[in-house]
Amino acid sequence: MKTKKLLLAILGVGMITAGIVFAADHADTPATTGKTTDITDVYAFQGQNTSNMAFVINTQGLLTPSATGAASFDNNTMIELNIDNNADNVEDLVVQCVFNNGTMYVYGPIKPSSTGSKSIVEGTATTSVAVTPYGQNPIIASQNNFMAFAGPRDDPFFFDLDQYKKIIAGTATSFNNPGNDTFKGTNVMSIVLEFPKSLLGATNGKVNVWAEAKRKI
Amino acid sequence: MKKYTNIYLSAALLTMVVVFFSACSKNSDTTVNVFAGVTYQTEDQMARPAINTVFNLGADKDAYNAALPSVMGAGFQSKFQARLLALNPGYTTNALGLSASAFTGVLATDVLTVSTTGTTTFFDGTNVLTGRALGDDVIDTELLLIFGGPAGTLNAGLTSDKVSTNDKAFLSTFPYLASPW
Repeated sequence: MKTKKLLLAILGVGMITAGIVFAADHADTPATTGKTTDITDVYAFQGQNTSNMAFVINTQGLLTPSATGAASFDNNTMIELNIDNNADNVEDLVVQCVFNNGTMYVYGPIKPSSTGSKSIVEGTATTSVAVTPYGQNPIIASQNNFMAFAGPRDDPFFFDLDQYKKIIAGTATSFNNPGNDTFKGTNVMSIVLEFPKSLLGATNGKVNVWAEAKRKI
Repeated sequence: MKKYTNIYLSAALLTMVVVFFSACSKNSDTTVNVFAGVTYQTEDQMARPAINTVFNLGADKDAYNAALPSVMGAGFQSKFQARLLALNPGYTTNALGLSASAFTGVLATDVLTVSTTGTTTFFDGTNVLTGRALGDDVIDTELLLIFGGPAGTLNAGLTSDKVSTNDKAFLSTFPYLASPW
């Protein structure tokens, strides 16, 4: 009991300095919160066609239904999937999503002309798809063995964030049973991509992936 | 002097025009060419869920978001370890058998390892960090590894948020995510 109190006290001190805490990485930093470059979650899983890998990159979290219709992808933002296929945590391939007037253009997977924090659009577009308007059925591009979607979806993330905040603030000692999903009823701006696993160039049956949101400079 | 400047400017303009038109000629869809010559710079990097949220404080949140995975370990592992021990002063090892140093070494490099040959899941009771499926209870996994101790049995009230599913059912077909609210 004493240990738990000590733990909570330390947690409280730590988290007060952290300010408002969201999760997974929804609005995780001062620099990106509220911007189109705020990535909320990244998912990577085998597709319905088990020869394919699906990738989900969600952005602009905690959209209420009333705010979702006005949400959009920014012409100045690139959402980039980075693929390291030789375990050195440097991207060997990228898939780049860029936007113009309500259409998403997808480039890659392709070896980038340079690695790191600065990117240019590489090669020619693999596919393009209209961003699905709020309230409409998903518009899906399917060409060149590549599927792509962009638009608002339900946030797949679930977490009793409010109780977590109470615990770290020292006003609660444990989670509730059942908990309450803080992200219930909220949306995100999603990008979903699916393409053959063979395009990943995996070594020993695995790759490392991450997403980057980049802004035009 | 002014004359030379003008000549340089004209040459530069001509080069730009040539570059622009050659870019256009490579692709019949001229709309795509609005992206030619544009440089984009990273503002937010992310792979595993909630890592930045939990392990970074203050200015480090922005620094971590803009960092490259290849240098994250060197820049952030020791900070993550201090943060882990602040969150759980009783930490010895976790259910993966990782010391504080080893665990934060894994966490600091924010990449998601994905299997191209088997099950893709954050944790399903058997497979660990082979991807991330939509329904994976990633928060419980992380809470368990931070607070649960070597057998996952310590701090029972802190190792699950008792929310185990999404608020809408996922689709079995592309784009997999549920329709928006």
